[in-house]
Amino acid sequence: MPDLIRLTDVEKGYVRGKEKISIFDKLTMRIEEGDFVAIMGPSGSGKTTLLNLLGGTDRADKGSIEFAGKHIEKLSEGKLTQWRASNVGFIFQFYNLMPILTAAQNVELPLLLTKLSPAKRRENVATALKIVGLEDRARHRPREMSGGQQQRVAIARAIVSDPKLLLCDEPTGDLDRTTADEILSTLQVLNRDLGKTIIMVTHDAAAAKFAKRTLHLDKGRFDERELAA
Amino acid sequence: MNDFMLMRKNLFRKPVRTALLILSILMAFAILGVMFSFNAALSNVNTLPTRMVSLSKINFTESLPMAHYDRIARMEGVAAATHMNWFGGYYQDPRSGFLPVFAVDPETYFQVYAEDLEIPAAQRDAFFGERTAMLVAAPVAERYGWRIGQRIPLNSNIFSQADGSRVWDFVLVGTIPTPPGSSQTGSVLIHYDYFNETITFGRDRIGWVPFLTNSATLNDRVANAIDRRFANSADETSTQDEETFNKSFAAQLGNIALVVTLVVGSAFIAILLIVGTTMALAVRERTKEVGVMKTLGFSSARVLRMVLGESLLLSFLGAALGMLAAAGLLVLMASATGGQGPPISFAPSVLAWGALIALGLGLVTGLAPALGAYRMSIIDALGRR
Repeated sequence: MPDLIRLTDVEKGYVRGKEKISIFDKLTMRIEEGDFVAIMGPSGSGKTTLLNLLGGTDRADKGSIEFAGKHIEKLSEGKLTQWRASNVGFIFQFYNLMPILTAAQNVELPLLLTKLSPAKRRENVATALKIVGLEDRARHRPREMSGGQQQRVAIARAIVSDPKLLLCDEPTGDLDRTTADEILSTLQVLNRDLGKTIIMVTHDAAAAKFAKRTLHLDKGRFDERELAA
Repeated sequence: MNDFMLMRKNLFRKPVRTALLILSILMAFAILGVMFSFNAALSNVNTLPTRMVSLSKINFTESLPMAHYDRIARMEGVAAATHMNWFGGYYQDPRSGFLPVFAVDPETYFQVYAEDLEIPAAQRDAFFGERTAMLVAAPVAERYGWRIGQRIPLNSNIFSQADGSRVWDFVLVGTIPTPPGSSQTGSVLIHYDYFNETITFGRDRIGWVPFLTNSATLNDRVANAIDRRFANSADETSTQDEETFNKSFAAQLGNIALVVTLVVGSAFIAILLIVGTTMALAVRERTKEVGVMKTLGFSSARVLRMVLGESLLLSFLGAALGMLAAAGLLVLMASATGGQGPPISFAPSVLAWGALIALGLGLVTGLAPALGAYRMSIIDALGRR
């Protein structure tokens, strides 16, 4: 499969007070289209920063990040926002749904950025909710749903605009084992049947087993053997 | 779903807080509506460019000798002149409200105020012919239930008669229609001669001298000539155009414009602080949601527009309800005064000012939180570092 993502010599650091903390120093990696990668590592190893860079919510200090051959580090803020809306779906640990909106309205949010007609938007929302098995919960608000159901709504929101890449930050971190396994199975379906490339950050080894491969990140560096595999 | 729906849902996510905010804005705009309308009504009296008024240089309440009227009437450039006295009246009970009763010289008064005194000839002649005759603005007659031909006793809270009585008997001979802007709104007209002969002090003195010039271009020249004529006398004059005179007359009630500015200004500064702080707090509570929207692909500019839109929606909702409340209050006030005062109603300018202030309020209170949301980075909003 061709590479969907290619990071080359990426450097990233933060300034905390007077101290500069380096997170990545010449990080190079690639992820093929259709891959399902679990990224594990201790706190502070750079997992979340990596997701931020891959999702275009943060910028690298140096190096290049290619997505389907396009250098996203060169995009302006506006273009990067548009690119993110079209190509990346985000799934967070705490779901991050809008409490004032119903499940269907939460799922519809990313479609407000498209030129789809309201009817087409409703159709896409219904499809996304059906994929995650929540078509009967469309009119419920987040507080009327369980954690697992809320995460399913978040997944539906992430896939409704049909992005190639799904970035999941501890998607099961707030769920019990059974519900977590259901969510992870759903991600497997999205990867296997819909061809979504999934990068999932997790602390949970059991969750990582649902991925096709696991990469371990420590102090801003991947295990070279895992990367080469 | 669309951006407006999102704004509306965000605005009403805490209904009690929003209702209280709307209530506070409503009150400020109700005050604005009532005060502006009141001020506009006081200023909105028909004036003639050629109509001027001479009065005592010292004070509006200081009288002038009758001789001043004769001299002014004969001055070059003066087409017609009359004189008026303030009677200071009420009907039966002072709590029923004051009546703007003016003692006038009927024939000359009708010359100077002809355009606002279009009444049937029979009524006019009856007023001219009977010393105790009285003409009243139609709403005043309606309020007190007076009928033409009825004998009406009016009290003065300034003057008294030789027998100590403060009550004068008048016969109502006609009513004056008072369309909006009429100079006769609320007026009660009585004969100067009858008044002058019966009062115990201030006899042969007059309050002020309204007159018409031959042309508005002569106004300054005539005014200067009159004031020079009486300069260094015991009764110096100040001559001004009718509009200036009306404003100074209204100012006897206080500096209305200043009161309006202070009251409305204070109300809006308080509202600005309350709404501004609450909006900032409301957006801060949604920091994570702003981060999520930006993550999903909503541009910073769009987020800014939505926060500003929310604040404008709040402001315009409160303003609209406030204007509605003001309109209701004005109707109540009008019915309470029985049309004695100037007709107070919503002038288009009040609505325009309300809309402009609502726009300003919405922008000012929404700007800081909107800019905060605009500048907020996704990383900071979601705490993803």
